[in-house]
Amino acid sequence: MDSQAIATHPDHTHAGHEHPPYLRHHFATVEQQRETSSFGMWLFLLTEIMFFGGMFAAYMIYRNWYYPAFVAGSHQLSIVLGTINTAVLICSSFTMAMGVYSAEMRRKSALVMWLLATIVLGVVFLGIKADEYHEKWEKHHVPGLNFSVQDFVRVNPAYPEDKALPLDMAEKTQVYFSLYFAMTGMHALHMIIGISILIGLVIKAQAGAYTQGHMTTIENFGLYWHFVDIVWIFLFPLLYLISRHQ
Amino acid sequence: MSTIVSLPDQSTATMPKRSYLNAEYGLKSWLLTGDHKRIAILYLISITFFFFIGGAMAGLIRLELLTPQTDLMAADTYNKLFTMHGIVMIFLFLVPSVPATIGNFLIPIMVGAKDLAFPKINLLSWYLYLAGGIFTLAALISGGVDTGWTFTTPLSTHYLNTHVITAGLGIFVAGFSSIFTGLNFIVTIHRMRAPGMTWFRLPLFVWSHYAASVLMVLGTPVLAIALVLVILERTIGIGVFDPAKGGDPLLFQHLFWFYSHPAVYIMILPGMGVISEVISTFSRKRVFGYTAVAFSSVAIAVFGFFVWEHHMFIMGVSNYSALVFSLLTMLVAVPSAIKIFNWAATLYKGSITFETPMLYAFGFMGLFTIGGLTGVFLGSLGMDIHLTETYFIVAHFHFVMVGGMLMAFLSGVHFWWPKMTGRMYPEGLSKLAALTTFIGFNLTFFPQFIVGYLGMPRRYAAYPPEFQVLNVLSTAGATVLGVGYLLPMLYLTWSLKYGKIAGPNPWQATGLEWQIQSPPLTENFIETPVIDYEAYDYEWLANKTKNEVQTVG
Repeated sequence: MDSQAIATHPDHTHAGHEHPPYLRHHFATVEQQRETSSFGMWLFLLTEIMFFGGMFAAYMIYRNWYYPAFVAGSHQLSIVLGTINTAVLICSSFTMAMGVYSAEMRRKSALVMWLLATIVLGVVFLGIKADEYHEKWEKHHVPGLNFSVQDFVRVNPAYPEDKALPLDMAEKTQVYFSLYFAMTGMHALHMIIGISILIGLVIKAQAGAYTQGHMTTIENFGLYWHFVDIVWIFLFPLLYLISRHQ
Repeated sequence: MSTIVSLPDQSTATMPKRSYLNAEYGLKSWLLTGDHKRIAILYLISITFFFFIGGAMAGLIRLELLTPQTDLMAADTYNKLFTMHGIVMIFLFLVPSVPATIGNFLIPIMVGAKDLAFPKINLLSWYLYLAGGIFTLAALISGGVDTGWTFTTPLSTHYLNTHVITAGLGIFVAGFSSIFTGLNFIVTIHRMRAPGMTWFRLPLFVWSHYAASVLMVLGTPVLAIALVLVILERTIGIGVFDPAKGGDPLLFQHLFWFYSHPAVYIMILPGMGVISEVISTFSRKRVFGYTAVAFSSVAIAVFGFFVWEHHMFIMGVSNYSALVFSLLTMLVAVPSAIKIFNWAATLYKGSITFETPMLYAFGFMGLFTIGGLTGVFLGSLGMDIHLTETYFIVAHFHFVMVGGMLMAFLSGVHFWWPKMTGRMYPEGLSKLAALTTFIGFNLTFFPQFIVGYLGMPRRYAAYPPEFQVLNVLSTAGATVLGVGYLLPMLYLTWSLKYGKIAGPNPWQATGLEWQIQSPPLTENFIETPVIDYEAYDYEWLANKTKNEVQTVG
């Protein structure tokens, strides 16, 4: 044996106590493992807040500078589709929460069912979003690709009280639509990543991975899904509901 | 009071039979490892690779500047060279340098844990780093980028036809690697400490990494979104930074510097952690004002987020905000000065010895102080207008980053090399390397302060002939500096096979990592350590060594 300050007997490490198979080797207790991963998830969400925060900061500045352009841009969005999508996302948060609850109650088929429901609602959201994007394309509202100021230099028929914008302010609607596409696009990207992970979770849940007492993954994914939902809860009024009281 | 500690007799030291290095064999056991120590080694190899790429570019830049004319390369090529030098050195070397290598290796051991909280995410972060590196190399090989490392809009979005998107994606991906490293550290430090390891028993190395990790986690996503918006502007033409569409190019700079100023502290804070450990060990004294040094790291992290606009004083920001940011910039010098003064007070009446890590640490203290103080010049509004965009600022940040951070990195590598590999390097040669680096560094960058003060602008391939003498000095210095960096590369590699066996605690340091075998076991500790002594307690170490029953045979 070597002369070490601390002797080397690695075989003794796990002798004498039993632990569940899902306890990773570097944690002392299941409790510690659970707290650690949920802390990590919250920190990750913090980085996500900073990520979206950059765009929210840009939004705040430009909305102050070009308020009339933002109002005109916002009045081109469909408030009905936006509201439906908000409802769809809130429902998906509910189904996700029920999924977490089913995992906690160790009900495998219920868990799979609720996760599938979440996937369906997520896909519905993306479908409606795609339809809205398509409509923006048709109306030449996509900055850089096919933008035209035509709709903004004349009175919007849906909002006859709104005045037509002077040409230089009408040009500024491009920054509104830039932010609209960047923010909802990044949000949609998060939804797509979320749905992809959900598909993986369904497969593993089917095999019974999360209904034997170890459900940290489901809990953490739930946090992510709710976060993506909350981002939308901010995006909806900021993008769709500018000056709707007028 | 310092305790007299005699260094152990290394001639009797033997290599432990089992360690993380020989627990498993084969390439796969490295590429799929979850062990933080192996990932640290992977990082060490890859950042060294990128360091030498960035260094080669620096060499070419200095060679071009040997003469006043544009003769070695076209001005375009020169622009691409300094851009790639900046991108490679900052995002692929300095940001991951100490945290991803030494920090990755040591933080779990220092807090008494078997591994980082998320070993797989740790491995993922290395792969993301590699992916980012490959994107950057692809941009380099396919023709380069010439925006400067700052990607300033509208230059980067409208006026250049180089590989901005590829390089931007590289930085974006490497940024996630940095986020995951920071996240792993924060969670590990919060949740994985061994029994008895209270916050104020943590080594200052851990405190400074904690502060740097907070910056990585909060700052990097903002850079990510800024780059995404630049990429979207280049590809589909959205207008967040485009004045023609209502955007403001200055907003990009706000977002960019909101990360990139804190990034300076991401780079320097881990280095400060190294210096705290080294200064304490080789003066055999507890770091003077432990609490003040610990909180100064946190203060740097907090203030660091509120000074970004000092990069934009000449870009037409409001005078009042410039006033506030100038004041805040001065404030951030206070916690940095606290550290320097506390290290000096630690040295006072210590039993100082001059091993290689200590030489590098002395280099750090002097060069970082000069770099930091010239930062105060640049933070003053009037001076800034004269000095910014000249070689003065180039010299300033190279004093902080190369004179400070690179010295700290080399100090740390030399300090923990025996722990990482179990072997010593040739002491005489390494002292020579430390000295060469110091001399070469000063010769390279001190003339740049003068030439910048005289008005030589940065980022040009040609300059007026009256600046040639100082530029020749600088290029000569760069050659010496290059030798100074090649030497450790050579003798450290040599020592892997032929170095003397180090034994568990060759420096008689007090940290938890020195109480286990070198190189450590995969699981670090045989049983969870219980900490019942303060950090840097040399009395405890002396008593422990005296009372210890040596198990031999």
